[in-house]
Amino acid sequence: MKTILSIRDLRKSYADGFEALKGVTLDIREGEILALLGPNGAGKTTLISTVCGITTPSSGSVTVGGHDIQTDFRAARRMIGLVPQEIALEPFEKVMNTVRFSRGLFGKRANDGRIEEVLRKLSLWDKRRNAIKELSGGMKRRVLIAKALAHDPRVLFLDEPTAGVDVELRKDMWDIVAELKAAGVTIILTTHYIEEAEAIADRVGVINKGELLLVEDKAKLMARMGKKQLSVMLSRPITAIPPALARHNLELNGAGDELLYTYDTHADRTGITKLLNDVAEAGLVLRDVATRQSSLEEIFVTLVKGETP
Amino acid sequence: MNWAAIAAIYRFEMARFFRTLTQSFISPVLSTSLYFVVFGTAIGSRIQEIEGVSYGAFIVPGLVMLSVVMLAISNASFGIYFPKFLGTIYELLSAPVNFIEIVIGYVGAAATKALFVGVVILLTASFFVDLRIEHPLAMVAFLVLTCLSFSLLGFIIGIWASNFEQMSLVPQLVVTPLIFLGGTFYSISMLPPVWQTITLFNPVVYLISGFRWSFYGLADVPVALSLLAIAAFTGLCLAVIWWIFRTGWRIRN
Repeated sequence: MKTILSIRDLRKSYADGFEALKGVTLDIREGEILALLGPNGAGKTTLISTVCGITTPSSGSVTVGGHDIQTDFRAARRMIGLVPQEIALEPFEKVMNTVRFSRGLFGKRANDGRIEEVLRKLSLWDKRRNAIKELSGGMKRRVLIAKALAHDPRVLFLDEPTAGVDVELRKDMWDIVAELKAAGVTIILTTHYIEEAEAIADRVGVINKGELLLVEDKAKLMARMGKKQLSVMLSRPITAIPPALARHNLELNGAGDELLYTYDTHADRTGITKLLNDVAEAGLVLRDVATRQSSLEEIFVTLVKGETP
Repeated sequence: MNWAAIAAIYRFEMARFFRTLTQSFISPVLSTSLYFVVFGTAIGSRIQEIEGVSYGAFIVPGLVMLSVVMLAISNASFGIYFPKFLGTIYELLSAPVNFIEIVIGYVGAAATKALFVGVVILLTASFFVDLRIEHPLAMVAFLVLTCLSFSLLGFIIGIWASNFEQMSLVPQLVVTPLIFLGGTFYSISMLPPVWQTITLFNPVVYLISGFRWSFYGLADVPVALSLLAIAAFTGLCLAVIWWIFRTGWRIRN
């Protein structure tokens, strides 16, 4: 797949010496959804702000569709749409006018037909004559997306798009993102909601303290790092793991009625059959069994704690 | 040039003006009428003519300058400060526009609003006094240049300001005294010689003198010097704005 956004050794330091970005290198493929995960202050917003031109980089280079963001900033920025983290809108302006303004600002001719399409897609058409201050928080967030899409960008940055929004709106946002992807828009979203990345991203990047710790295909990442656990629930609690089961490296829960077996789904043999046979031979009676896969959240915590992937 | 962006900024700024058109119109008409009632009629009737011009007519150019300068500054500073305050400046900074286009959009709109008010004041004044404009082209040139240059100054103030108090600091503490001491209500020749010399260090003197000359052919300082002063002031403001955008001072992190 073609690379649409290329970031090379991007650094950003502030006057007080704080390094917000420490040499980030990242290629983003056309049409993909990349989720950038990281705790607060990790450098997610700085990375987006630098690519979009809001913050000046200290060193390094960024190209969008082959256009350098500094030497060829007009062509580069025309390809980018940005939905900021904070709701920043002129309260007295009408929805239609503010979206028109955004389209004009990016050098596009006035086209109310196109703006109507965008507003309809975001369920804002009925609100087009409303002043921004009359809208709910969720609607305002949609207006921000409409403004970012008004000039038909090829790359869309969504900085924490669902921070502080209710579950219903979050699902709506995910649907909007899916539609945009279907239309060929490349999407980079930052989030610290792991389930968001898990639900919609193609690839996941983990950033912490200004460094990109990894970028990997979501499914591969989960397969590589995702451990699976088999939970064996017992009818009667036990006080210790029977010696016959020692080789399986089991954990016994505090109540003594659950044995946990961790295994690798990609190994030739998971050892489950043998384990269950040994459990039966040890005279333990099963109440239930269940499996559980580790989530991106656990992977993320492992990574930011500095443990090797 | 990204003309669509310039037009978008200009229209967006003008929309704010049209939303409050009544206030934009009534406020200058009322304040000008008050000035004429107080200075023109009550006090002016006791002041003799100045070089053949009635006192009421004499103060018109100064009154226009007073309002135009203050409005140009407040419109332009508010225009760029408000996006900073609201956070909407992110859009401007991430758009394919350079500083010249941003300045043309914001300063152009602020200057248009100030020009509109200047014309309204002139029309209001014509109801109170007999206005005579000896050099109409020069009058228009001085008015437009004043609107532009002080809108540029307002733009700088808007970028510099970190809060609303700072926005009014320069207009109230610097510009208002300079305008009142710059010959709005009197001719410099009416001052003692020492004060005449000191007054020449006030840049507003050149502005009002040139503008008044375009009306009545009366000038405290040579007209060419007035034009040079306003051109130099415009150039200085443009240079400061160029530096601001080059360094990202107070707008880019």
